[in-house]
Amino acid sequence: MSGFEVERRDKENISCLYVKGFLDAHTAPQFEEAIQNLVDEERFKIIVNLCDLTYISSAGLGVFMGFIEDIRSKGGDLKLSNMTSKVYKVFDLLGFPNLYEIYEDENEAVDKYQKA
Amino acid sequence: MTSRKYTLKIPSQTDNLEIIRDFIFKIAEKNGLSGEIAGSIELAVDEACTNVIKHAYSFNEKENVRITVNVSSKRITISIVDHGSGFDPESFKTNSIDKRIRERESSGYGIFLMQKLMDEVSFDIHPDQKNEVRLIKYLK
Repeated sequence: MSGFEVERRDKENISCLYVKGFLDAHTAPQFEEAIQNLVDEERFKIIVNLCDLTYISSAGLGVFMGFIEDIRSKGGDLKLSNMTSKVYKVFDLLGFPNLYEIYEDENEAVDKYQKA
Repeated sequence: MTSRKYTLKIPSQTDNLEIIRDFIFKIAEKNGLSGEIAGSIELAVDEACTNVIKHAYSFNEKENVRITVNVSSKRITISIVDHGSGFDPESFKTNSIDKRIRERESSGYGIFLMQKLMDEVSFDIHPDQKNEVRLIKYLK
């Protein structure tokens, strides 16, 4: 039991990753692999739903940072949704809300992709 | 309140970060700190220990990280000690963090987070002898 799970659901050309548990230096490679798989399949419209993420450290934040430029340069994005206040606080400490689109609900992120 | 001291010596593995976080969070809670402050301290200690595991010991699982927590009525002090290769804390100052974010670097945010989360962060680095990170949170 690694304390972290990631589940993927594809909705047409949008892929949603549901992350659960804690994202630290031990589990970050698992999350990185999930995003890398999407990039390899050229699925660049990604939503990460964080509703069941209980904890994140800078190792987890680094995964978002490692992919964002590449994904945006391919016309996609990494949009985040359903973040708890505890997890949002860590994003906020680094000023990440200025870099990423963060939505209260996953459907808002889906709408944004569909209307783009 | 007399001061209380807790010590954890644990193998240098990322798998043990969860145990380290539980250790810190439970001590903070047991000593009456709010969940929010306990969470901040937990994250700062995670960042310090991640640096030791990754950088000081380069994932060598035979090495150990020693964490000592002192709680008094005025403050909680956490000392993280390793005997690894050390690093230059100056290279992680705030201006270099802005640069890291601008350049979308995927690592190097740990010390910055520690400084944001704690009241005092200090380093005593003696590579391959003894390196110590000291984190302090003042209690109201």
